[in-house]
Amino acid sequence: MAHTSTPPQDSPGDGQSRRDFLLYATTAVGVTGTGLALWPFIHSLNPSADTLAMSTTEVDLTPIAEGQAITVTWRGKPVFIRHRTAAEIASARDVKLDELREPEADDKRVKKPEWLILVGICTHLGCIPLGQKASDPRGEYGGWYCPCHGSVYDTSGRIRQGPAPSNLAVPSYTFLSDTSVRIG
Amino acid sequence: MSSTKFDNKVVQWVDDRLPIFSMLKHDAVDYPTPRNLNYWWNFGSLAGVMLVIMLLSGIILAMHYTPNVNLAFTSVERIMRDVNYGWLLRYLHMNGGTWFFICVYIHIFRGLYYGSYKAPRELLWWLGLVIYLVMMGTAFMGYCLPWGQLSYWGTTVITNLFTAIPVVGDSITTLLWGGFSVDNPTLNRFFSLHYLLPFVIFALVFLHLVALHTTKSNNPLGIDVKGPQDTIPFHPYYTIKDLLGVGVLMILYLGFVFFDPNFFAEPTNYVPANPLVTPPHIVPEWYFLPFYAILRSVPDKLGGVLAMFGAIIVFFFLPWIDSSKVRSATFRPIFKQVFWIFLIDCLILGYIGSQPPEGIMVPLGRIFSVVYFAFFPLLWVIGKVEKPRPLPNSIALPVLKAGQAGHAEKPLEKA
Amino acid sequence: MRKSLLLALMAGLVAAAVPAMANEGAEPAPQNWAFHGVFGQYDKAQLKRGFQVFREVCSNCHSMKLVAYRNLADLGFSDDEIKDIAAEKQTQDGPNDQGDMFQRPARPSDHIVPPFPNDQAARAGNNGALPPDLSLMTKARPGGADYVFALLTGFADAPAGVTVPDGMYYNPAFPGHQIAMPPPVADESVTYADGTKATKDQISRDVSAFLNWAAEPELDARHALGIKVMLFLFVLTAMIYAVKKKIWADVH
Repeated sequence: MAHTSTPPQDSPGDGQSRRDFLLYATTAVGVTGTGLALWPFIHSLNPSADTLAMSTTEVDLTPIAEGQAITVTWRGKPVFIRHRTAAEIASARDVKLDELREPEADDKRVKKPEWLILVGICTHLGCIPLGQKASDPRGEYGGWYCPCHGSVYDTSGRIRQGPAPSNLAVPSYTFLSDTSVRIG
Repeated sequence: MSSTKFDNKVVQWVDDRLPIFSMLKHDAVDYPTPRNLNYWWNFGSLAGVMLVIMLLSGIILAMHYTPNVNLAFTSVERIMRDVNYGWLLRYLHMNGGTWFFICVYIHIFRGLYYGSYKAPRELLWWLGLVIYLVMMGTAFMGYCLPWGQLSYWGTTVITNLFTAIPVVGDSITTLLWGGFSVDNPTLNRFFSLHYLLPFVIFALVFLHLVALHTTKSNNPLGIDVKGPQDTIPFHPYYTIKDLLGVGVLMILYLGFVFFDPNFFAEPTNYVPANPLVTPPHIVPEWYFLPFYAILRSVPDKLGGVLAMFGAIIVFFFLPWIDSSKVRSATFRPIFKQVFWIFLIDCLILGYIGSQPPEGIMVPLGRIFSVVYFAFFPLLWVIGKVEKPRPLPNSIALPVLKAGQAGHAEKPLEKA
Repeated sequence: MRKSLLLALMAGLVAAAVPAMANEGAEPAPQNWAFHGVFGQYDKAQLKRGFQVFREVCSNCHSMKLVAYRNLADLGFSDDEIKDIAAEKQTQDGPNDQGDMFQRPARPSDHIVPPFPNDQAARAGNNGALPPDLSLMTKARPGGADYVFALLTGFADAPAGVTVPDGMYYNPAFPGHQIAMPPPVADESVTYADGTKATKDQISRDVSAFLNWAAEPELDARHALGIKVMLFLFVLTAMIYAVKKKIWADVH
């Protein structure tokens, strides 16, 4: 570092403190501005206007016979629609709430008892539980069984066994008529 | 160098194992910089700032863009209309190219004026020229991506330049296209390379800085640093001076982004690419216009292409073409005049390049192309015949005093 | 001396360039737009009127594929109004569970339904001429909204010595001066709901402004944010300048 020059010394006194204040103020303004300038870059990664606008799905329920289930796509996610049998409704209602990991009454989770509509994503780590097809394992509570880590859901989509922390989510939906529903 | 001591224990611990803090201190804080650098020396760091802005905005844009001939145009419009702040990112990137080139052109002409290409800075100059060439490639391929009419036809025209090469020209062009015309494979590979090359530029900029900090900065007097009295540490003097430049650059650049974002753009590129209709005027982006004018001035396909590339390649030989030992134009009365004529010639060629090649534009283009190439042999002759004004003794001493001291004819000491 | 020589040279170049542009349309006269200038913002009422003109006149032949019905919220339409506007048009969807494509009313999330299913159909329906998509018209033509306004109001009888073929119309604002589009608007072509007098000039002005919005829907946000950013940069740069003067005071 032999060639490094000695910087000229600051003269002590007023000039020094005024310069320091100015320096701190400028640094603060500059850093704030740079921080704010990063926001458009980050916010651009959030869902865009067209993605948000596509967030409803309409489903015709007529072809789903009692005991059957279909899977539709909503916001890129699978949604389970199950036409429940009387026995399934009864078993969902008969459960004592304090036996449940996340206590929720069945009638709080459906708008019409025969139609159970759920986001078909296991609340453990995001796999899709089995139980939609007649040949699928449904677990010992007759609902769904997640093959990834063995979570078991009942006929109301509530968690009963396994590592998942909470019940299958219920999306917001409205019945447009007796045979058609809009999800989202 | 590694003997630097830091008060902070953690910093010291890291530095003993990986001397990043020593390097920073050596190259960004203590770096002895000539005390007399003027504002023309800002443009290197400003170009660096533009490179970072281009990288950041480009990386985000690439997350939203689709390189497919059927989707590219609408995916760019989706960025403009639906992605949050997408219009801002896109206009930052679009105008960023312009301001990046403005900074780099000023930087190059500053080097030309003050003789920064002369020994011992030849490789520094070469690295700069390579950065410039890679920038041109990157900009050209980036312009293809929105897949508008000029994207398509600009790509077609420029890739067709390679057909001028004897024997293998057609095969090379087919290879570039990945087909028999500019099409989806071309768009895909241009996107890939457009993403890659900026990182190559980044690495070249690093080498450019290593070379700079080895030979040390030139200065407006063009004389060598004689000792510590001639220099000041980079920080805080030039960090703050560079930041002031950044502030002014941002006002200009963002002024265009927010209030006239299409000032430098051609309306025709907002028409989706149509391989069956060539737009009436094909004009490249402004930063290519002087070379485009030279290309069109030669009435021979291969000759035009050679002239165009030669116009850039000749700069690599500048350290040897220029026969004068004096660096700064301040002390070279004839060179100073010729420098301005050359600069104006480049601007006029740029204007001619923007006009249709009709009427008086054709002979004018030829005249000013000849002037362009005449500059280089002239530079050699001037160095032989010119009588430089007396050089000052040192940077720290006032110029007048040095002149009176009678060192007029003293040859520059070994650089 | 050198400067004046240069200026003379530049003037000569510009003069030389003029004949080269004779084939293009006449330079459109600059109009006074609400959205021009640093503080410019769209006039929402004008955009709404312009949309009415587009909907009742232009959209019979021209598409606007890049704009979605939901974007009309920018013009001040409510969600229900947008639903009704969208539902007027049928758009193809599918396949349904039987594997068939079907028609359904358009929704707010759909893009404006084009009048023809494809370019070939559009040509066939318009004597072989393709009515261009209007989404980016003001950005895609030199002169922007001024050009659109000049074009819409520029139809005239061909001067003596110029013959206009059948199916073409004389319009000096158009490059080549002959356009396949018949004069699209006249006085009272539309009846404005807000009581504005629907002269040809007013209709052309409103639809030009609307097309500018369609091409640059971000303009309002861009100008508003730009002013804040500029003010910030002026303050910051002034502060940096002061710090720089302080730091360099002991060098000079």
